[in-house]
Amino acid sequence: MTRVSTAARDGGYTFAYLDEQTKRMVRRAILKAVAIPGYQVPFASREMPLPFGWGTGGIQVTASIIGRDDTLKVIDQGADDTVNAVSIRAFFARTAGVPTTTRTQDATIIQTRHRIPETPLRAGQILVYQVPIPEPLRWLEPREAETRRMHALQEYGVMHVRLYEDIARYGHIATSYDYPVRVNGRYLMRPSPIPKFDNPKMDRSPALQLFGAGREKRIYAVPPHTGVRSLDFDDHPFEVQKWDQACALCGSTASFLDEIVTDNQGGRMFVCSDTDHCETRVRAGHVESAAGGRDPGGP
Amino acid sequence: MPGPGGALDLRPGFGDPVADSQSVFRAVLAAMSEPGTVRTVAVEMDAPAPLHPATAAVCLALMDFETPVWLDAAACTGAVRTWLRFHCGCPLVADPAAARFAVAADPVTLPRLDCFSVGSEAYPDEGATLVLQVGSLDGGMPVTLSGPGIPGEHGFGPEDVTRDFWLQRRAFEDLFPQGLDLVFTSGVGLAALPRSTLGRW
Repeated sequence: MTRVSTAARDGGYTFAYLDEQTKRMVRRAILKAVAIPGYQVPFASREMPLPFGWGTGGIQVTASIIGRDDTLKVIDQGADDTVNAVSIRAFFARTAGVPTTTRTQDATIIQTRHRIPETPLRAGQILVYQVPIPEPLRWLEPREAETRRMHALQEYGVMHVRLYEDIARYGHIATSYDYPVRVNGRYLMRPSPIPKFDNPKMDRSPALQLFGAGREKRIYAVPPHTGVRSLDFDDHPFEVQKWDQACALCGSTASFLDEIVTDNQGGRMFVCSDTDHCETRVRAGHVESAAGGRDPGGP
Repeated sequence: MPGPGGALDLRPGFGDPVADSQSVFRAVLAAMSEPGTVRTVAVEMDAPAPLHPATAAVCLALMDFETPVWLDAAACTGAVRTWLRFHCGCPLVADPAAARFAVAADPVTLPRLDCFSVGSEAYPDEGATLVLQVGSLDGGMPVTLSGPGIPGEHGFGPEDVTRDFWLQRRAFEDLFPQGLDLVFTSGVGLAALPRSTLGRW
């Protein structure tokens, strides 16, 4: 059974909604972003037919790169069937008439809000992140002119101080999402609010990673095979989240789990955040009871 | 410039501007993401002499009124100027430092790289993109590339690129994040060298 669905393009729109001059401007910004990994390129972000904060940066990046030969997947917190993912997928099916899919391996472009798929990405795929706040130093230094200078001088000590304050207060680095990284040993970059669980997937990924912030008017990128290092200390090395539970649906012990409250008595279950990964495993015969035991079949 | 019969000698642009711009951009994006690998421009081009199809396609896909363009002496023909002005609407500038894009049809005679803008420390993205049209994307002085986009190392050796050019570019590596991004074109093929790539020989 094919999991790719096709739709007819609505001829009332230009291909992928944006006009050609806007696409050229965004494309030039993307090329400079790729040439300077981790650096935030300013661009003339447009009004889109949905509010800022709903992925307008990612949509403008996707609209500027997508072509008739592409297959698009859109996820929101790992799920293909939540409102942001469904509406963005419908937007491109209507304005570009491109095939859409929920399967990670069938997609050439994956637009994401706050997750990286569990299925390892391959060369030739492009991951487009929706970014709310692109500047990693913003909550530490509100002045744009000053953060620009800090990036120019690689003056990133203030971020280490912030992580150190976590350790002083809680005994460990308590930052669990939007965890700061250094790209290719140069720019400090905000990976968008992905859980730190996903940070290692960015490192030397064979796929191209593009980041779009619509309200903040910035585009940045991590080219394929590029080092992405999460900040840490020698005595407090970077660690990702772990769970005592396995996924209640597919039994996976290696994927990022969401906690779902199931009743008013405090009942809860843990399930994979990546719906495609979970469904693929269930179809392959990995089944698990709601008791949350571990599937001997492995990840 | 008058052509045969007194008509303007104006070559056509893309046959399908929306799809062709997108496909050429993706070729450049793939080339820039994986430095030194050769991509093909899969669009029909009737380019004005002396531009090759890939050179002309890159111009149409990326240049417009926002991007001042500098042409080297070989590319600065009446046909090219007319064609760029008509299809891209880009300002043509004589001062290489004012250009966001430079197109060189004869890279052997390229002026020194420090003529071009490398951007500022705060805004390195303002560094220029150089489109260098060469005889062939291989067969020249071999250079070993490494850096973002390259797993390990990658060999690259376009024709018509002098040792002096590579020496200048190597000196520019220390300027990073400021610098110049290069797109090499030949026939329908193109390869790119972003400023982040290190070249050794």
